[in-house]
Amino acid sequence: MPLYLDDQQTMLRDTARDFIAEHAPPSHLRALRDANDPTGFSRDLWKQFAEMGFTGIRIPEAQSGMGLGHVEAGVVLEEIGRNLSPSPFLTTAVAAVEALRGTAHADRYYPGILAGDTIAALAIDERAKFGDGISLTAQRSGNGFRLSGTKQFVAHAHVADLILVAARTSGAESDQDGVTLFAVDSKTAAPDIRPERLADSSLASRITFADLQLDADSVVGEVDNGREVLNRLLAAGRSGASAELLGVGGGAMDLTVAYLKERKQFGQTIGSFQALQHRAAHLYAEMEVARAAVLKAQQLLDAGSALAGQAVAVAKAMTGLATTLSVQEGVQMHGGIGMTDEYDIGFYMKRARVLAEMFGDANYHADALARESGY
Amino acid sequence: MTDLATFRSETRAWLEANCPPEMRAPVRSDKDICWGGRNPDFQPGQREWLEAMASRGWTVPDWPTEYGGGGLSPAEAKALREEMAALHCRNPLNSFGISMLGPALLKYGTEEQKLDHLPKIARGEIRWCQGYSEPNAGSDLASLAASAEDAGDHYIVNGQKVWTSYADKADWIFCLVRTSKESKQGGISFVLFDMASEGVSTKPILLISGYSPFCETFMDNVRVPKANRIYDENKGWDVAKYLLGHEREMISGMGLASAGGGNPLIEGAIAAVGLDANGRLADPLLRASIAMFEVRARAFGAMSERFIDELKAGRAHPAQPSMMKYYGTELNKARHELQMAAGGSDALEWESGASNGGAAARAWLRTKANSIEGGTSEIQLNIVAKRILDLPA
Ligand SMILES: Cc1cc2nc3c(=O)[nH]c(=O)nc-3n(C[C@H](O)[C@H](O)[C@H](O)COP(=O)(O)OP(=O)(O)OC[C@H]3O[C@@H](n4cnc5c(N)ncnc54)[C@H](O)[C@@H]3O)c2cc1C
Repeated sequence: MPLYLDDQQTMLRDTARDFIAEHAPPSHLRALRDANDPTGFSRDLWKQFAEMGFTGIRIPEAQSGMGLGHVEAGVVLEEIGRNLSPSPFLTTAVAAVEALRGTAHADRYYPGILAGDTIAALAIDERAKFGDGISLTAQRSGNGFRLSGTKQFVAHAHVADLILVAARTSGAESDQDGVTLFAVDSKTAAPDIRPERLADSSLASRITFADLQLDADSVVGEVDNGREVLNRLLAAGRSGASAELLGVGGGAMDLTVAYLKERKQFGQTIGSFQALQHRAAHLYAEMEVARAAVLKAQQLLDAGSALAGQAVAVAKAMTGLATTLSVQEGVQMHGGIGMTDEYDIGFYMKRARVLAEMFGDANYHADALARESGY
Repeated sequence: MTDLATFRSETRAWLEANCPPEMRAPVRSDKDICWGGRNPDFQPGQREWLEAMASRGWTVPDWPTEYGGGGLSPAEAKALREEMAALHCRNPLNSFGISMLGPALLKYGTEEQKLDHLPKIARGEIRWCQGYSEPNAGSDLASLAASAEDAGDHYIVNGQKVWTSYADKADWIFCLVRTSKESKQGGISFVLFDMASEGVSTKPILLISGYSPFCETFMDNVRVPKANRIYDENKGWDVAKYLLGHEREMISGMGLASAGGGNPLIEGAIAAVGLDANGRLADPLLRASIAMFEVRARAFGAMSERFIDELKAGRAHPAQPSMMKYYGTELNKARHELQMAAGGSDALEWESGASNGGAAARAWLRTKANSIEGGTSEIQLNIVAKRILDLPA
């Protein structure tokens, strides 16, 4: 398979690009932010995503979805990133759909996701930095389990219909085994959810589970063997977040390059200064390298390759590095105007920071690669 | 099985049977690289490997068979590259003929010129060097002065070239000469001549690596038949630029290293500082630097794959080789800096047997040229800024 988008994927990209730029450009985020919107995104837009078929992009055709791959999900996510569109697409249509794949929960939740009614959240972080340890416990109780502990950085939790929770059913915090994934239905169970506004004006929650009782059938996959499902969820989430980062970095770069062609100082456009040309060209190189890493990871995931895990780590780390550079250079090369709230580049900087942190930052993934390579 | 799957499995079996074990070991020093030519200096296994690959046209897998190539489709050529990488097969032949002159001949040469030169390049029989740079024409290459005077059916060439890599070992040269002074770029012609021609002499230049792989080349009334001119008179700049694109493509690939398998950087670091009780490199800052470097190196590996795929499909931006050259060479320099840092004082030994004749230090110093040769990093960034980002002059 060649490492570029084929004709169908390109068509999908063009469709997503036009649709998202028209309906959810950066001004859409700004309007939600200015209104201090308590949802964090537009329900109407999410419905339109469903009408376009986007919410079912990863749902199998047999279950009425589009049955497409990580590459196609990434194509949509890149446009979401480029436009800073607030949307539960990554958590719901990508990560949760992946976690539920092939389980009884799929039949229950996929229709709502397809229709644009159901929102899913991922309760997997327990500390300020993403780590592999899981200490939130799920103890057997009655015909089910009792969850106790805390999670944080849970995007969309305050409006979610479904919260996927990674819990410990046996063993110690750092063990790989003994982990179980639960589907918490917010209609039947109510953990304590405290939404916090983040720097990028999205909302993420701290959640406390105080002996929350769940039925046995809320287990996704197998008890104690949840690591496999969790890893699938994370691989999808990470490759998706990488694609969204690519969009954020690319969008910031486009803004910056356009500004270099327009702003005049010393009687010439600043883009004619070699010091800035070289930095812009270097940035372009970093973004292109990151783009290749993302597509490689997505293709390997879609092919079910054993090499996919490492490629996903590379993609998440590389997009973190490249996009961070892009937003930093973006603000700097805009000069004073780059520091103003009125101008969009600052929004790119904030979204990049959130996505870079999500599912493990560049350091986390570089460390994981090193461990796998035996050093 | 699909045709491609059949091709892949047959290729793997053939490589297994024909690639000598010595040719599957990591490249440790310059001597491990096979250049061919009239006076080849083969190490064990090199000749067999070169001949086996050349017999199938696989030194140049995607060239047409009538010119000594393998006639493979892009997908087959990719499968061959992947299978060679999987078995850690070394490149059978390093050659400026393959990576630079060949593509230019395929595009600009006459049928006669192609039939004359390409099969010899494919078989590694003629070693080529590149006569572009002059003492006063480096980055500003088009200001070159070496002159070719019209003398009927031939030119009389006079002048001096510099930084001519391997001019003292090469059999033939591809050379830029001035055939008109009226226009800077429009007065250059592209010619080929035998280094054994009367009036050609070379003088090696010692490098910081202690080696002298490149030379000053002097041309004193050298007769060059006009039949050896590629493309039209005064239009050599088109050929030169096209060839430079391929040169950049070749140099960018060097950042990937590890033909022959293994990861010398990681292996070297483990050998030098050891692992701690948790199986981590005992120097945490070195470990972090290497891990971050590996992220970029692997991402660039994907970029190289994408670049080749796009190139073969005719979808790459024509200035993309500049980006690849810039990124790949800066990465390769970073790799060798880390390798030296990991090796510590062991890596500094210059002549000892333990250091394989100072291989690490010499290789480290050699990589510093990567961002100079074939156009400096600054020039590549200029090209990306203007031709891809469309920034104003
Ligand atoms: C190992 C090695 C092998 C080589 N092999 C060959 C060969 O086989 N054949 C051959 O013909 N040549 C060869 N070269 C020559 C090589 O192509 C030139 O060295 C190169 O193009 C730079 O030219 P220069 O050395 O004259 O540097 P200069 O052009 O003098 O550059 C000096 C510095 O100025 C910077 N600079 C120059 N112009 C600009 C600009 N417009 N904007 C910003 N910065 C600028 C450069 O980036 C560099 O940092 C080789 C060089 C090396 C190091």
